[in-house]
Amino acid sequence: MNTEHQNRHVYWNPYFGGFLLGLLIIFTFYMTGRGLGASGAMKSSVVAIVDKVAPTHAENNAYYSKYIDEDKSPLNTWLVFEAIGVLLGAFISGSLGGRIKLKVEHSPKITSRRRLWFALGGGVLFGLGAQIARGCTSGAALSGMAVLSTGGFITMMAIFGTGYVVAYFFRKNWI
Amino acid sequence: MGPLIPNGFIPDEWNNIIAIIIGLAFGYILEASGFSSSRKLAGVFYGYDFVVLKVFFTAAVIAVIGIFYLDYLGYLDFNQLYIHPTYLWGAIIGGIIMGVGFVTGGFCPGTSVCGAAIGKIDAMVFILGILIGVFVFSELYTLFEPIYDGYFLGNQTLMDSLGVSPYWFIFIFTIIALVAFFVVDQIRKKVKKVFY
Repeated sequence: MNTEHQNRHVYWNPYFGGFLLGLLIIFTFYMTGRGLGASGAMKSSVVAIVDKVAPTHAENNAYYSKYIDEDKSPLNTWLVFEAIGVLLGAFISGSLGGRIKLKVEHSPKITSRRRLWFALGGGVLFGLGAQIARGCTSGAALSGMAVLSTGGFITMMAIFGTGYVVAYFFRKNWI
Repeated sequence: MGPLIPNGFIPDEWNNIIAIIIGLAFGYILEASGFSSSRKLAGVFYGYDFVVLKVFFTAAVIAVIGIFYLDYLGYLDFNQLYIHPTYLWGAIIGGIIMGVGFVTGGFCPGTSVCGAAIGKIDAMVFILGILIGVFVFSELYTLFEPIYDGYFLGNQTLMDSLGVSPYWFIFIFTIIALVAFFVVDQIRKKVKKVFY
């Protein structure tokens, strides 16, 4: 039982994972001329929802209207297809590793409810920040660094630098 | 000859299929490396698990070496690649906000999708948060527009900004990564273990 429980937490060697991820980034640039992304799909989802619920409002908004095209759905973008792939790929890996389980993961020192409120707040901040910086850890930081983009390096340093600065205040949630 | 799709070596209809395949590999690699667990990800900020730094840095080093090598060999034209643009204050302020979001939420967008895929409810709630965040930004777009569109320095690379040779930069960057890998292992030995 104990070994089985431990095996569920066995992940790849991080350098192996990083190596494959690096190769995937090279492949992505080689095929498409662009890098990976993640927050782009969520932006497209919001545009699609708002466009469905309040089309006039979406058209009048200077931000949504950038992503609305008469001919195709806002969801018909490369990054949305990529995100569907991420969902499938993670599900396959999780299935093979025996890690599929509906649960709220949190430190034993805090309640699930507290964890979920912080997850929601963190998501709101990440969604907002990713729009301001025009990309998240994948699109701006990682893919930007792969082509030595100055903005990519700045965003990467800002994300992780800030993370270390504020980590102390949220330590109870994690350690 | 590369990038293949923009240069017409692969028909455009394949674009979305390739997107799904690339996403599949991306999701698989992230999940298999442990990026579907917020407690594992947050370890990088508290010193009990440096998987984020190791995977992230290794991937960046491998990718940048590979891309410049393919460019050097003539298989890939670096000048045709999309360079993430530099909007100076957008990059800084957006990054700071994301940094706080990372520590409070324990995920970033890509990893939250992985977490949600294997049933982490906290990851699903995080995604809901991202959607709300994007919505708030869009609704208040006029307020954010000066930082979003301002301080634009072009699609700059470090070669433009710092005037360095890419090859020297990549060499030094690789050394920094190797030193970082060694240092974080020393730190982790000193930090109290956290089990999750």
